[in-house]
Amino acid sequence: MLKDITIGQYYPGRSVLHRCDPRLKLVATIAYIVVLFVAPNPLGIALSLLLLAALYRVARIPGKMILRSLKPIVPIVIFTAVLNLFFVTGQGEPLVHFWVFNIYSEGVRYAVLLAVRVCALIAGTSLLTYTTSPIVLTDAIENLLRPLEKIHFPVHELAMMMTIALRFIPTLIEETEKIMNAQKARGAMLDTGKFTQRVKALVPILIPLFISAFRRADELAMAMECRCYHGGEGRTRLKQLRFTATDARCAVIITAALAVIVATRFFVPGLV
Amino acid sequence: MSEIIRVEHLNYVYNPGMPDATTALEDVSFSVEEGDFVGIIGSTGSGKSTLISHFNGLNRPTGGRVLVDGKDLWAQGADLRAFRFLVGLVMQYPEYQLFEETCAKDIAYGPRNMGLDEAEIDRRVKEAAAFVGLREELLEKSPFELSGGQKRRVAIAGVMAMHPRVLVLDEPAAGLDPEGRDTILSQIRDYHEKTGITVLLVSHSMEDIAKYANRVLVLHKAGVAMYDTVENVFARAQELLELGLSVPQVTQIFLKLRRMGLDIPTDVYTVPYAVKTIKKALAAKQNKGVE
Repeated sequence: MLKDITIGQYYPGRSVLHRCDPRLKLVATIAYIVVLFVAPNPLGIALSLLLLAALYRVARIPGKMILRSLKPIVPIVIFTAVLNLFFVTGQGEPLVHFWVFNIYSEGVRYAVLLAVRVCALIAGTSLLTYTTSPIVLTDAIENLLRPLEKIHFPVHELAMMMTIALRFIPTLIEETEKIMNAQKARGAMLDTGKFTQRVKALVPILIPLFISAFRRADELAMAMECRCYHGGEGRTRLKQLRFTATDARCAVIITAALAVIVATRFFVPGLV
Repeated sequence: MSEIIRVEHLNYVYNPGMPDATTALEDVSFSVEEGDFVGIIGSTGSGKSTLISHFNGLNRPTGGRVLVDGKDLWAQGADLRAFRFLVGLVMQYPEYQLFEETCAKDIAYGPRNMGLDEAEIDRRVKEAAAFVGLREELLEKSPFELSGGQKRRVAIAGVMAMHPRVLVLDEPAAGLDPEGRDTILSQIRDYHEKTGITVLLVSHSMEDIAKYANRVLVLHKAGVAMYDTVENVFARAQELLELGLSVPQVTQIFLKLRRMGLDIPTDVYTVPYAVKTIKKALAAKQNKGVE
């Protein structure tokens, strides 16, 4: 149940995408999301889906992992799609008309496009977290945000906080599972009963969890101090990020692919 | 005596289908008689903790069956909660699961989930607290004010108060000082003797197993390496050492003595028995000298 959470879930592998510079992957993912929303026609969307499928192929990540990342957002996608279906108005006669609702063909197209876009967005960002371990990813973020240090933005502190938070997600999930098991062994009913009963059933899990989280925070602070941690100043890294020739080739390929998708805008008439 | 737990060809895989899938248990079969005190040993990662969480249905087998009191835990329509009250599980470091305002309320959590009436709950709380040696005045204190060893006892009492027919403990003495270890383990033995329930005790310490258990289950690399009475298992001390496990210190000394050519038994695992055999060997030697 808790294991289904895919945020920051790394899918170990040795593919080109796994070894690629995380900064490139981060920037490319952001670019991909932007392209998804500026490509206003079905051809562009189809091409971007194709690109995503190709990248998943290269990363050797099975298709069921995509489904797993999409599962939690299905309700949101359906909700927004339905909303669009009813509220987008178009010219001409509505396709369906009942009571106060009018469904126009524009609405249908818009709803479908939006659903596909959101799914592609999630699948795209999941590809980033599948191929990049959270620690490496925060490294990349710290590196990319470095220029902000000029205006005294605490880049290192922010990155350290993110690293610690990400690092402790699996630990806390494991801890939660342990406590849940312990309380289940004492007959706790967690997934049955009325809403108020279920909320009450959480107390025996949340209290031990909070206590152990505080204990861990305390121990971690102590351990960091013992190793003379004093913030980002003068700190060096064990693993330096390096932009290699392979990374450059990847950058060229991905830029070209995204450019082609954007270019369809000028050749195929826009949809909405 | 009847069988209380039966494990048939149990398999368990973590993260099946993922690249990091690991087999924690492979084709494990054994059965436990009611009233036994079974010690479970094995090196880290041999599947001990995974195995015991199958007895009350916290883990679902990927293959094979687990029967408790003759009934399959995962049979269609089986009530898992009933099994959880039948098999009381004390996890590793159980003090981290305490949450109530007072120790008494925490111990009462299990019995309350069973739907017992207040008078019965109260009786069981007092009885369980007495078993683990918690003084009455501690019961009204917050569990977070207690020492580590006392917290551990509250947690164990919380499971005992459910009156399970099988009590499973995962390293109940881990991280305690030698005195705390002995106290908790002998309290568990007293509880076993007084109530006659079945106890399964996971431990890294051969000394503890030798002292308290009457049968030993040795796990090695996700499978059962040995399952026999304590005497028979420790008689195979050499094999235990080869599995990367230790044997009680007395047994080690006797192994060395045998290697030196002394004619002494191999199944020595407690100090009193060792003294007896040495005396016997000495007497035999003197007799030889007289003749």
